[in-house]
Parts: sequence; C-alpha cells; structure tokens
Amino acid sequence: MARRGRLRAFGAHAALLTYTAIALFPVFVIVINAFKSRKAIFGAPLAPPTPETFDLAGFRAVLTQGDFVLYFQNSLIVTLVSLALVLLFGAMSAFALSEYRFRGNTLLGLYLALGIMIPIRLGTVAILELMVATHLVDTRTALILVYTAQGLPLSIFILAEFMRQISDDLKNAGRIDGLSEYAIFFRLVLPLTRPAMATVAVFTMIPIWNDLWFPLILAPSEATKTVTLGAQVFIGQFVTNWNAVLAALSLAILPVLILYLIFSRQLIRGITSGAVK
Amino acid sequence: MGSLTLRGISKSFGATEVLRDIDLEVHDGGFTVFVGPSGCGKSTLLRIVAGLEEPSAGDVLIEGERVNDRAPADREIAMVFQSYALYPHLTVRDNMALGLRQARTPKATIEARVAEAARMLSLEPLLGRRPAELSGGQRQRVAIGRAVVRTPKLFLFDEPLSNLDAALRVNTRVEIARLRRELRATMIYVTHDQTEAMTLADQIVVLNAGRIEQIGAPMELYRDPANIFVAGFIGSPRMNFLDGARLGLQAATLGIRPEHLRLDRVAGEFEGRVSHVEHLGGETNIFVQAGAHGLLTARRFDEESFALDERVWLTPDPARRLLFDAEGRRLR
Repeated sequence: MARRGRLRAFGAHAALLTYTAIALFPVFVIVINAFKSRKAIFGAPLAPPTPETFDLAGFRAVLTQGDFVLYFQNSLIVTLVSLALVLLFGAMSAFALSEYRFRGNTLLGLYLALGIMIPIRLGTVAILELMVATHLVDTRTALILVYTAQGLPLSIFILAEFMRQISDDLKNAGRIDGLSEYAIFFRLVLPLTRPAMATVAVFTMIPIWNDLWFPLILAPSEATKTVTLGAQVFIGQFVTNWNAVLAALSLAILPVLILYLIFSRQLIRGITSGAVK
Repeated sequence: MGSLTLRGISKSFGATEVLRDIDLEVHDGGFTVFVGPSGCGKSTLLRIVAGLEEPSAGDVLIEGERVNDRAPADREIAMVFQSYALYPHLTVRDNMALGLRQARTPKATIEARVAEAARMLSLEPLLGRRPAELSGGQRQRVAIGRAVVRTPKLFLFDEPLSNLDAALRVNTRVEIARLRRELRATMIYVTHDQTEAMTLADQIVVLNAGRIEQIGAPMELYRDPANIFVAGFIGSPRMNFLDGARLGLQAATLGIRPEHLRLDRVAGEFEGRVSHVEHLGGETNIFVQAGAHGLLTARRFDEESFALDERVWLTPDPARRLLFDAEGRRLR
C-alpha cells in the first residue's frame, strides 16, 4: 500500500515536473539569451552564457534607448488600477447577483458572463472611435477603461459562484448586529472571498500586463507606452536588436512575478475555516 | 422583557405558500418553541419575526408596536443561528461587541456587558481567540453570548443545538434553560426535536405545512392533542394509531401512547407476537405485530424481558385512549 502510494506520488511529480519544464522553457531561453552577445544568440540559442559569450549589450540598449523607466511605470499604473477596478466592481456585482433576489437576476448574470465568450478585441474599431470622440486616445485612462471591461466578466462569474457559498446565516447575523449592506459586503464577505479574489487577480493581471494590441492602437504615444509596446522599438522591418528585445522582456517578467507572489500568498484558505460549521 | 404578537402572517415564495394565516401571542418572559417537521415553515416564521424575511401579509408586533417596516437591527432582537455564524476574522470579544459598537454604545458599557456575558457562559478564557480556534460547543456559547450582550427584548434561536453532538446538546439545553431563568428574557426557539421542545418550552407551537396545528403547554399537548398530527408528533416513541372500525368504534382512529398500551402474557383486548425488543435500561420498548392492527409499540418501565415471537396480549388503557374522526380531528 505504502509502495503504491509512493509510486503514485512519483508519477504525479514526474508529470508536474515535465509540465513545468515545458512551460518554463521559453522563459528560460529568453532569460539566458538576454545575457549573451548577438553572435552567440544566433550561434547557439540554447547554450547558457559563458564568460566568452556573456554580454550586457541588450540591457545597455534598453536603458539608453527609449525611456523604459517610464514604460514600466505606465505598465504598472495601467495594470494595478485596472486590477483594482476589476476586483472592486467585480466583487460588488457578484455580491448583488448572489445575495439579492430581483427580477432578471439570472439573465443579468448571463449577460455579464457573455464577455468571457466574446473577445473584447472584436470591438476594437468601435472602442477606438469611442476613445477618439471622448479625447481619450493616448491616455492611460483609455487602457484602464478597456482592461476593466475586459476583466469584469470572468471576475463576476468566479466571484458570484464563490459568494453563493458564503453562509446566509453569517450575513443575517451581520444584519441583526446592525451592519449596513455595505458593511456586510466590505467587512464580512470580502475577507472571506480573499482566495477567490487572488485567483481573479492573477487571471486578470497577466493578460493586461502582456497586452500589445490596445497600447498599440489606443495609446502608442511616447508618454503612454507600456513595456510590451516599448520593446517593439527594437523590432524593425529590416533589423531587429534581439539583445535589447530579450533584455526588455526579461525585465518585464519581474514586476508581474512579484505581483503574482503577493497574490498567491492570499490563496491560503485558512481564514474561512471555522467561521461557520 | 418583551412580548410578541403575530397577526395573520402569511408568506409565499412565488406560487408556493409556506405560511398561512399565523396568529400567535407570546407573553413577556415566555419561552415559546416552534416545532414541526422539516419544511413546515417554522424557520421562515422565525426569520419573519427577526425581520430577515418580509411577510406577504400580516403584522409583527413587539411589545404591542408594529415592527414590519423596521430593519432587523432596530427590532431589539437577538438571534442565535444553527451554524453559529460567528465573524471568522474577529476575536470572541469583538464578535460579541460588534453589535453594540454598531449601535454606538459607550465603550465602558460594552466592556461591562461583554464581561458579564462571558462570565455567565464561562467564556472568559476564550475572549482573545478566533472562532476557528474554538470547539463546536464553545462556538455556540459565543453565539449565545453575542445575543446576550445586546440585552434584546426577544431572543430568537434557530435550531441552535442541531450541530452539536448528543452529550453537548443536553449540556447546552440545560445552559439555555438556566440562562433564561437568569435573564428572565422572552425567548423563541425553533427546533424539529420534540425533546428540546418538551424540556425547554412553556408554550409549544406545533406547525405543519405552514399552519399552526396546536398551541399549548408541553404536557397539555402530550395529554390533550387537538388532532392526529400533534398526537403523533409529540411523544417518543410515537403514538400507536389503530383503525377504529376494526375495534368496533364510532371513531375513525384510536390513538394510544406506547406507555398506555398494557402488555400482558395472559389476557387482553387483542393478541399479537413480539417482533422486536429494545432495552433502554429504565424502560423497554416492545414492538408487537398485532395482526390486522399492524405493528404496535408498547412501553414498560420494568425490566421484564420478552422473547422474540412470544405470544402476548395488548390492552389500551381506556382512560388514556384518544379518538379521532376521519379528518384527523380529535373527538372528545
């Protein structure tokens, strides 16, 4: 019995390790090549940097050409503000959908979930026209609005499902203790949905951080460029500065990795256990 | 501390009617238990009293004042839930204090009331802990404590003991009875357990399918049930029901409690064979297959033992037999 258990554990770990290797391989290739000379990148793309091939030319290019500090700042602002809005509005509508009985509740839920199935990029032309009409082109606000709309459907869907499982008794106890509906939402329900919020945060954050499409269309000006768009300056029609592209991408991994680590800590469920039987 | 009056309360969810025309009077300081099978509407009725559910029709009066339009927090009630419903991220002390803080009670008063409730329920050593660090019984005591500190006009209990194990249930039951004497508070208590109803209440309200079947003191319901439903619901083991026609009676049904069905080896009104025996120590339940009368239960308070398949005679005590008409109403 114990041997079979160990065998099973071994099998599971083997599968997970294989998957990890496959998933991390492109990232690994990007990072090692960022530290190599141009010749070495093309000569032996899979070899790690050696003292002979080690070269920081890419990072030098990133720091001298283009204002990458600003690009990072833009990316961070857009991602964090969108994320905050998605979580706040997503949680609020999820609470309304899961807690209150009103006419059209199910229909409204389905309508809000529709965005999961229909990609927001289909509406790009209309969105651009809208942004032009409202003079929001080349602002971070334009990106934040679009990303908030893009992130809401999934967050409402996940959070509403999660909030349905929170005990009614707990909310009713709050009502009897005189908490307003807002207090019940912010002080009782939100703390209990932290694991789900973290999941939603991760799922929302990564596509926003990585997006090239909307920055390119809605905010391509120098002042509003995001990191992914900024890295494109090194990709030319005839010449591409691969060192710089790879260095920029390696750097772009860091902030989102840090954010991920912060959210994944919240995934620890402990706090909900023992609240209600 | 507070009286409660319900006038013509009805409640429907869509097309399903869960409560119909409920009239009830709970006196100041009374302990009223709503009892009935699951789905009879007893919890909904309690939630209507609490203000968590709106009645479709009818009025709720607390101390003679109509409170239909008042929020739960403004009704001066406190509720203890089956699932405890403690705030998971707050300590025991803060769990109890939250309602008072919300009502902007002075700090000193809050502290004094929490301390008093903690003393009453022996929660002092637990005040700094969070609900996750408590056992089921302790959590329920905290939930009761949270109700006590509010000094409400009405205490509402929604099946507070159903999540506890048997031993703890008996202890907590005694605790609630003691608390009630100490606080002299008006309490309303919902349960499906008739033992809890019998032991705690001074007024039992038996509900079935959204209607009140009977209201009365525990022993009144036991001795003098108004209909077959109440007769069968109150008392354990359940009352025996025999076909009246077979016994040559005018009534449709004859009801006789197991403790009033005499079991004899020699003679009696009708005969049967012992099909199962339960020895509970102080008492013995004997199940007898009595031919056309079906399976009957007799209860004896001695230690006499009967063999399986033994032939016995049964006689309903004529003074304690209850007669019902075809609609299940009691014939007196």
